[in-house]
Amino acid sequence: MDIKVLGPGCANCEKMKGLAERAVKELGLEAKIEKISDIQEIMKYTMSTPGLVVNGRLKHSGKPLPTLEKVKQLIREEA
Amino acid sequence: MLKNFVSYITYNIINLDSGSRLADAMNFFIYDTIKIFFLLSIIIFAISVIRSYFPPEKTKRILSHKKEFIGNILAALLGIVTPFCSCSAVPLFIGFVEAGVPLGVTFSFLISSPMVNEVAVVLLWGLFGWKVAAIYAGTGLLVAISGGFIIGRLKLERWIEEYVYKIHMGQEQEIIKQDFGDRLQYAKWNTLDILKKVWLFIILAIGIGGFIHGYVPEDFLSHYAGRGNPFAVPVAVLIGVPLYSNAAGVIPIVYALMEKGMSMGTVLAFMMAVTALSLPEMIILRKVLKVELLAVFVGIMTVTIIAVGYLFNAIL
Repeated sequence: MDIKVLGPGCANCEKMKGLAERAVKELGLEAKIEKISDIQEIMKYTMSTPGLVVNGRLKHSGKPLPTLEKVKQLIREEA
Repeated sequence: MLKNFVSYITYNIINLDSGSRLADAMNFFIYDTIKIFFLLSIIIFAISVIRSYFPPEKTKRILSHKKEFIGNILAALLGIVTPFCSCSAVPLFIGFVEAGVPLGVTFSFLISSPMVNEVAVVLLWGLFGWKVAAIYAGTGLLVAISGGFIIGRLKLERWIEEYVYKIHMGQEQEIIKQDFGDRLQYAKWNTLDILKKVWLFIILAIGIGGFIHGYVPEDFLSHYAGRGNPFAVPVAVLIGVPLYSNAAGVIPIVYALMEKGMSMGTVLAFMMAVTALSLPEMIILRKVLKVELLAVFVGIMTVTIIAVGYLFNAIL
């Protein structure tokens, strides 16, 4: 599984990454979690950060951040 | 009904003597706090649901290749309903440029979005009545439309960083599909997020209204910064420009200034200067704009807001 967290490096992007890591762990999945801060790469998916991309699909963008439960659901949808 | 309930709390549960200055202040404080938090929760929630229908990707498509003026008006209005955080200003700006949104139109969006927002409008409504709130929102739009229009007319595209034009996304960004349940869920989180961020400022503002009320002379400021002083507006705006706060943070100061006799136009112009221009946003925008364009932007905003302040003072 391939998970990307999109964000230029704001506090919310770090939180998003933390959420993704916890979600993957709690779901017991194998996943590569990557933080993307290159603007051109981010803009392939969205204009609002933080973003969450699972297996190439944009699942969340912008504020407010989803809860841990929601992140788990978003990841499960693509698993 | 709420009034009776609050009176019951003040006089029976907290057990203050009815008629004493402290009791009245407390009564006013509790009543206003409940009223404003109630209004704020409902309106933030409602606007969050509305915003879920206007993601920036859609706004960008609407504004793409729009004519000036019409485009500026649309952009200022969309600035209210499109979710935007200045932390995403860079990708948003690049996305708009790439989609062919004219520079001035993009600026109308960037100006209106932080200035005319639900928190500002609800707080002004709750504390000073709907007329003040409507005037703030209306002139906020006016500033966004005219500021963006002027920037567009000046043809400043050469002061955008070159790399912005070189970014090509090559693919259409997708809009996440949400059902109504998802929208409600995100709206709830957004409401809680915002309330968590602003509650302290609001209590502070209401506290100032309730308790400082009787202790500083009513016309303390009107002597220096009232209608009679032609320099009040520019001085207030020039003080406000470097200050940075969201709408909620500036409200306690606004309340205190208004209470103590500063005229309405001057106070609203001050509030606009604080919310519309901020150093952190300038630093973020510097990544896509050259210093010259930033300077022109700040200059035009300052002049426009000062003009609006005079206009308010003349008609209110």
